[in-house]
Amino acid sequence: MKYLSIAAGLFAATTAVAETPVLTVYTYDSFVSDWGPGPAVKAAFEETCGCELNLVGAGDGAALLARVKLEGARSDADVVLGLDNNLTAAAVASGLFQEHGQTVTVDVPNPFGEAGTWSDTHFLPYDWGYFAFVYDNTKLATPPASFDELAASDLKIVIQDPRSSTPGLGLLLWVKEQYGTDAPKIWEALADNIVTVTKGWSEAYGLFLEGEADMVLSYTTSPAYHIVAEEDQSKSAAAFGSHYMQVEVAGKLAATDQPELADQFLTFMTTDAFQSIIPTTNWMYPAITPAGGLPEGFAAPIAPEQARLIAPADVPAIRDEALAEWQAALSQ
Amino acid sequence: MASGPIAIKRALPGWIAAALVAAIVLGTLSAVAMRAEPGRGLGPAEWAAIRFTVSQAVLSAAFSVLLAVPVARAFARRRFAGRRLLISLLGAPFILPVIVAVMGLLAVFGRSGILNETLRFMGLPEVSIYGLHGVVLAHVFFNLPLATRLILQGWQDIPSERFRLAAQLGFTTRDIFHTLERPMLTRTLPGAAAIIFAICLSSFAVALTLGGGPHATTVELAIYQAFRFDFDLGRAALLSCVQIALVGTAAIAALKFSTRDGFGAGLDRPVQRWDAAHPLLRIIDTTAIALAALFLLLPITLVILRGAPALTSLPTSVWAAALASILIALISTVLMLALALPLAIAAGIHSARLETVGLLGIAASPLVIGTGLFIVINPIADPFALALPVTATVNAIMALPFALRILTPSVRDTHANYDRLATSLNLTGFTWLRLVLIPRIRPNLGFACGLTAAMSMGDLGVIALFADPQTATLPLQMYRLMGAYRMELASGAAVLLLGLSFGIFWLFDKGGRARADA
Amino acid sequence: MLTLDALTLTQDDFRLTADFKIPTGTRAAVIGPSGAGKSTLLAAIAGFLTPESGGIRWQSSDLTETGPGNRPIAMLFQDNNLFPHLTAAQNVALGLRPNLRLARDETKTVSAALSRVGLADHQSRKPAQLSGGQQSRVALARVLVQSRPLILLDEPFAALGPALKAEMLDLVAELLDETNATLLMVSHDPADARRIADQTILVADGTAHPPTDTKALLDTPPEALKAYLG
Repeated sequence: MKYLSIAAGLFAATTAVAETPVLTVYTYDSFVSDWGPGPAVKAAFEETCGCELNLVGAGDGAALLARVKLEGARSDADVVLGLDNNLTAAAVASGLFQEHGQTVTVDVPNPFGEAGTWSDTHFLPYDWGYFAFVYDNTKLATPPASFDELAASDLKIVIQDPRSSTPGLGLLLWVKEQYGTDAPKIWEALADNIVTVTKGWSEAYGLFLEGEADMVLSYTTSPAYHIVAEEDQSKSAAAFGSHYMQVEVAGKLAATDQPELADQFLTFMTTDAFQSIIPTTNWMYPAITPAGGLPEGFAAPIAPEQARLIAPADVPAIRDEALAEWQAALSQ
Repeated sequence: MASGPIAIKRALPGWIAAALVAAIVLGTLSAVAMRAEPGRGLGPAEWAAIRFTVSQAVLSAAFSVLLAVPVARAFARRRFAGRRLLISLLGAPFILPVIVAVMGLLAVFGRSGILNETLRFMGLPEVSIYGLHGVVLAHVFFNLPLATRLILQGWQDIPSERFRLAAQLGFTTRDIFHTLERPMLTRTLPGAAAIIFAICLSSFAVALTLGGGPHATTVELAIYQAFRFDFDLGRAALLSCVQIALVGTAAIAALKFSTRDGFGAGLDRPVQRWDAAHPLLRIIDTTAIALAALFLLLPITLVILRGAPALTSLPTSVWAAALASILIALISTVLMLALALPLAIAAGIHSARLETVGLLGIAASPLVIGTGLFIVINPIADPFALALPVTATVNAIMALPFALRILTPSVRDTHANYDRLATSLNLTGFTWLRLVLIPRIRPNLGFACGLTAAMSMGDLGVIALFADPQTATLPLQMYRLMGAYRMELASGAAVLLLGLSFGIFWLFDKGGRARADA
Repeated sequence: MLTLDALTLTQDDFRLTADFKIPTGTRAAVIGPSGAGKSTLLAAIAGFLTPESGGIRWQSSDLTETGPGNRPIAMLFQDNNLFPHLTAAQNVALGLRPNLRLARDETKTVSAALSRVGLADHQSRKPAQLSGGQQSRVALARVLVQSRPLILLDEPFAALGPALKAEMLDLVAELLDETNATLLMVSHDPADARRIADQTILVADGTAHPPTDTKALLDTPPEALKAYLG
């Protein structure tokens, strides 16, 4: 495996020592960045595995799947980490992933079965979150408590485009799951609240912080970043009673040449060593709450009485219809 | 009266370069198309996207070019201290990364921007930037500098001797316009408009963000959707063909208008405008320059003010990324020259149609080129190991149309005016290149190199497919900071990026203009 | 000897024939009505225009297929005789070495040529810093260092004043005395012809006529020339 590394502006090729096995994990770009979980995860796993963990950033979740599909069986990747519940059905259908064969007990809300069980045979979760509208509590005293209240208000929101952004798709499915055939009406009612639609989460969150909107679609855990990292209490997530979930997962590729290491990594992923890194680097809830509990700032997340989720297998059929409704309602 | 064999010999490398560019653009496109599984083809949503894309691109190109005329004329007619620097500075929006520019624009025109704060303070109704007008505004912001430079170049290509003759003949400003400036404009504007049309055609994030919703869906976004939402490579390739066809149509139309009869050679004397002393013209020109400066520089100033405090706390990884970006920018520039110089020579002395090949670069979606290259390269080599050459090559191809627009007219002039002399003195091959062509077109070369380097600096890279995690570029590192909630640091990185892009542009541009005039 | 052998030149619907010889050392003016084809004739001799038929020979060698830069010819055009971005010395040096890589003695040759035309002190100036007359001198200095046996002048001094033009023509005559080169000089001023050209080629009505004695021709001009001279 080759790296290109910079040393004082010069590119110097260095070859990893041949005897050390290398596990290649494709993930989304923000996971491998200096501010994401990547560096700590790499260090922690390499301490125990006697291997080299090669984390490869490849765009975001959806780009990740597209890439694996492009590479097909030729892929260098052994594990793909960073798909979410809206992509797993398509990923399984590609036939590129194999079953993990592991049983885990998780702290991920399960709308379809017994609490703590995890039924996906191909993918294992590593973190999760609720989508929510984040607002500035110094400017907005009483945030709306539902989509209807939001639509009735003259608050301005920024959302992401479901075609190019994971949270955008989450919101689309949230509204569809909650309102079913009334979803178009909700979007029509929201149309005058939506300042604009952005390509990705970063742009939307940036616009919100710059004061372009009163609220932005993000996660219930977003305020924790401001509390923990910036000691800023001014950001809150509006409680909507029920929230749509995002569960981020990892899976083993069928064509891996390191099946044991891949299994070892997936097991490692659900241990404290990995899980304790997640909250303050990925700013999501860990899939299994670490022994030390959640850091401060995560202590008071809104606890939805009803976690919303569309079963992964149903997503492909529903999302196209929901997208068409969304486009029609917002294009008027 | 070009001597045939020499013209053909000089044009040959250009045809090779053209074939290379076409092979890369069309080859990657067919790689994507051939990899495609049966998809659903173009539906009403895609046709709506095509309609919106064309209309916003036409409006953006028209406004950019028309608004650039008075600004370029003002710069052509006026001499004042700091003029050169101001012209360079006004070029800054063009080389800004999209997201930074949008933030800057919103700081002025956004809901809590300067404009609306002022309106609120005066008790006037607010204006919203979101909508088609916002998209056009943003595209004018990006492209006015380019249009101004291209048109200003047209003005500067009129030898000072012609203005002297005009002054001697007692021409009024109107007479000068009719005899000298209008022919130059009819030659310059279509080409400039075609390029800006092509740029705006592949707009995505700007159009979506400022368009305010899914009705502002462009073809590029539809390609993006086909890729990652539907993994429908066939539709992506089809949409890319539509984009190429649209740009091709624009290019052919532009070429039709820009048939050229040169102004002949001058003796490189500085242009003096005897007609421009009229007080009214002075006011008009000053206003044009002031308004352009305000419109282009205010958003950038706000971006700088916002990000400058974070500059000192930038982590080392950002500085390392900056070095990587500079390196890629320099390699891109070298590659651009290797392609653009032969192409410009061939287009300038042999066949003007060759210039359209350059437009292929911006016509093709970067996503399609990147994916196509990936499909081609992946089976034979590690894409990460090729990250640097691939990124540099694609950056060079993206910059090609601008470089050609800048270089070709000057090559054509040099050929028209000095070919006989050069031929009679047996100046051929590399000697001709070294002693005649390159010195004659040096300012244009500097401009083209600066533009390429700066655009390469600001480019996010050939999408994630080739992004080597170990050598993140500065724009990628900036996005990573944003993705990790570090908006303050990201705005610091944006200022660094802006400074570097502008610095590298300025160095090249200045280097090209510095004459060893004793 | 320059031989124009049944030469036919065409450009769009323009047509010019020439069939005569010019002995070595001849100084011939080319005169005739505007648009008669004087410049076309020189362009063909210099190699910028491929003849439709016929041939051009210098001494015993056929030039018809030779490229302009390889013909035994030095030529000055109506304009653009100097590269504006090169110095006077560099412009002259191009006549010796198109790549400007001069040997030491060649540098001296360039200096000497510039001194010969009275520009010893202006070697490092660029054309824009020189007067019109000085620019013409630089171009002549280059013709000097080219030391080609055939010199073609396509009205290079037309833009100069009468006194300056006369001065340039005298300089050309001196250079010819020194080099014994053959001269073909387009002019529309009979006085130029009388000044330095003992022979004159009349170009009129689609034909370039063989050279005849200048004085005789101008004193008793044929019909075609009479109309032009007025």
